[in-house]
Amino acid sequence: MKRVLVLLSHPNLSQSTVNRRMAQRASTIDGVSVVDLYALYPRYKIDIDAEQARLQAHDAIVFQFPFYWYSTPALLKEWQDLVLEHGFAYGTAGDKLAGKQLLVATTAGGAIDAYTEQGHNHFSIRTLLAPLEQTATLCQLQYLPPFVLFSSLAACKDKRVTEHVEQYAQVLEALRDNRLDPVALAERNLLAQPALPIVSRTTLDGIHNDG
Amino acid sequence: MDSVLFQAFIYLAAAVIAVPISKKLGLGSVLGYLIAGVIIGPVVGLVGSETSDLQHFAEFGVVMMLFIVGLELEPRALWAMRNKLLGLGGLQVLVTVCLIAAGAMLLGQQWQIALAVGMVLALSSTAIVLQTLNEKGLMKSDGGQSCFSVLLFQDIAVIPMLAVIPLLAIPELAGVTNFHTGDGHGGDLDIMQDMVGWQVTLLTVSAVAFVVVVGHFLTRPVFRFIANSGLREIFTAAALLLVIGIALLMILVGLSPALGTFLAGVVLATSEYRHELESNIEPFKGLLLGLFFITVGAGVDFAVLVDNLGTVLALTIAVMFIKALVLYMLAVLFKIRGADRWLLVLGLAQAGEFGFVLISFCLQSYALPPELASILLLVVALSMLLTPALFIFLENVVQPRMIDAQTRDDDDITEQGMVIIAGHGRFGQVINRLLLSNGYKTVVLDRHADMVDTMRAFKVKSFYGDAARPDLLHAAGLQTAKLLVVAIDDQENALQLIAHARRERPDIHIIARAFDRRHVFRLYQSGTTDIVRETFDSALRSGRYALEALGMHPYDAEKAVTMYAEEDFKGVRKLARVYNPDVNPADNPEYVQLALEIQAELDRAMSGETQARHDHSEKNWQPPGNTDI
Repeated sequence: MKRVLVLLSHPNLSQSTVNRRMAQRASTIDGVSVVDLYALYPRYKIDIDAEQARLQAHDAIVFQFPFYWYSTPALLKEWQDLVLEHGFAYGTAGDKLAGKQLLVATTAGGAIDAYTEQGHNHFSIRTLLAPLEQTATLCQLQYLPPFVLFSSLAACKDKRVTEHVEQYAQVLEALRDNRLDPVALAERNLLAQPALPIVSRTTLDGIHNDG
Repeated sequence: MDSVLFQAFIYLAAAVIAVPISKKLGLGSVLGYLIAGVIIGPVVGLVGSETSDLQHFAEFGVVMMLFIVGLELEPRALWAMRNKLLGLGGLQVLVTVCLIAAGAMLLGQQWQIALAVGMVLALSSTAIVLQTLNEKGLMKSDGGQSCFSVLLFQDIAVIPMLAVIPLLAIPELAGVTNFHTGDGHGGDLDIMQDMVGWQVTLLTVSAVAFVVVVGHFLTRPVFRFIANSGLREIFTAAALLLVIGIALLMILVGLSPALGTFLAGVVLATSEYRHELESNIEPFKGLLLGLFFITVGAGVDFAVLVDNLGTVLALTIAVMFIKALVLYMLAVLFKIRGADRWLLVLGLAQAGEFGFVLISFCLQSYALPPELASILLLVVALSMLLTPALFIFLENVVQPRMIDAQTRDDDDITEQGMVIIAGHGRFGQVINRLLLSNGYKTVVLDRHADMVDTMRAFKVKSFYGDAARPDLLHAAGLQTAKLLVVAIDDQENALQLIAHARRERPDIHIIARAFDRRHVFRLYQSGTTDIVRETFDSALRSGRYALEALGMHPYDAEKAVTMYAEEDFKGVRKLARVYNPDVNPADNPEYVQLALEIQAELDRAMSGETQARHDHSEKNWQPPGNTDI
């Protein structure tokens, strides 16, 4: 069983419609630790040693955040700048994160159509998240296709939130139980829509034997 | 009944009119009472012979004052000041008595009378000096503490003096037949007339032991019982009963009631009822002392004064000169420096209210001839009258001038730093350490000598002196400094210092610690660059903890606090512009109006109702578009 770390970064959680419910649901899953970075570091004084220790104590890391200006909220950027140190995460002897997995779970206000070449955001979300993907690569983390909720502001209206939250729980459990389909992940290597390729519990043994 | 009410009316009216005026004029309350007494007594003649009876009654105020002095003095503190108490106080009394007695003998008095005169005049006025020191906030300074030590010793020295005076009786004064000792302060209650020496000693010792033991063990349960009854006036009654009871017991065994209550005060200083006792006794003490001073004023005999004007004036000046001289020598001996030295010298140069007590006791004991006693009475009163003037002289003339002597004698400021830090208490210390640890050179000025010594032991470059004095500021390098940090306690001094620094250096950056909002406004008007309210930031932080404890998300709490602070800063900035230092804010309609508007705006902003939110982070994390889903 893998240990999963959810790093939640949301500067206004009390007004959140999706991320708060996602985090609440995540915290009910065994083997998943949820950390609210804005609650822990409201004044941006990040405890680097504690964060690095936390990373080393987990096998899969989830960045959960609302998509702000095609990037992460400020505190998560600060977290990357400080915690992913040379000699720890990358560079000479910087292999402490090697072999772990990184999943980006984000919520975007725009519709999925907007994140296309023709749409008004012009790029796919996978492309827009390239800095995180390259960060993962440099840190020898296995970068997973992002888990995204589009039209997140309208999601409450059409009941997609409940569905999304449940899917999130399934993804986290799959991460924990190592049930993400490695073949499908390797083949697709692109935007994970409609969902990440999760192997059902019954076929789990077969995959492990293959791998 | 009518006449009692009439008298009470006269005394109270005189006090109510004279004292506030006197304080307003900077003369202090004691002088106000004395003047009130002079007006209703010798000048207008509204009161007459009853004043001397009243005076005996009012002397009880002194007893209460010593009880309160004792309450404020823990045994440990008393022990810590034993050197000053015995050394400074003891020498002052001894040397002054000897010198004045020698002077009196030179003027042709018998040695017994000369000695009595010396004792009468050696004592200073605890009431005037302590009250003045408290009013001027000088109690904690080195000079204030030295004054207190001397006064405390004098108060204790009264007891042996009362024992010695009957031995100085001049038989011719009494007439041989009715000559006896031991009368006076003991009065009808004196039960020791027929006792032999060892019995007296035993009784005295057991009385003191009784006070200590009862004070220590019995008062606590009794006061708890009374306090639990929830009747405030009964607690007041019990507090009065305690003081009066002890005074009575002391009189009974022939000791000074003042000493007894002082001792009881010290014993109770560690009790949890200390503040309650203090606040209960305080008003009685204040009124009785006031009454005492009024009676002294009323007792001034103008006929004697006019007849002996030259003598009284000459004697007063001579006495004050001798006392000041002795104090000056002691100050040098005990290494009391600068302003503190002059506070001691000029502050204690007068004779005191115990002088009145001793004079009346001397008369009863036939140790002083009545004519001399009435002149002495005038000398004591006049010297007390001159005391507030001396304090004014000290503040306005001596202190500003002696700066040269002080910096040269004591602390030559050898280095000039980029940063001058005035005040190295809890506030300045942090700033200084922060600057030093970041490699900046500082010069620290502080007027607490022991603080400076401590800091020097820790290799902090600090200098003793009052930064409010221009010359010291210049010596510290005001002309070349980049930054001045004003972290002293005294609000007025801070303002003076800043005004001066701003005049000399229009370009210097000044950071000042403000006491409260009003101080902020005045600092703002005096040209301070950065004004920091000394408790505002810690209060905000406590508020943030409170919000978090109530379950608010820490980042929301952070935002709320930031927003509150921003709104408050804005409000204070606006208010500073309409604040008028000469008008009480409550009487300044523009100020009141603006303050109310700002308060309303703050409330609306915090509840998220208005545009004010637009300026704050709260707005920034709102999801875009219509969120009413």
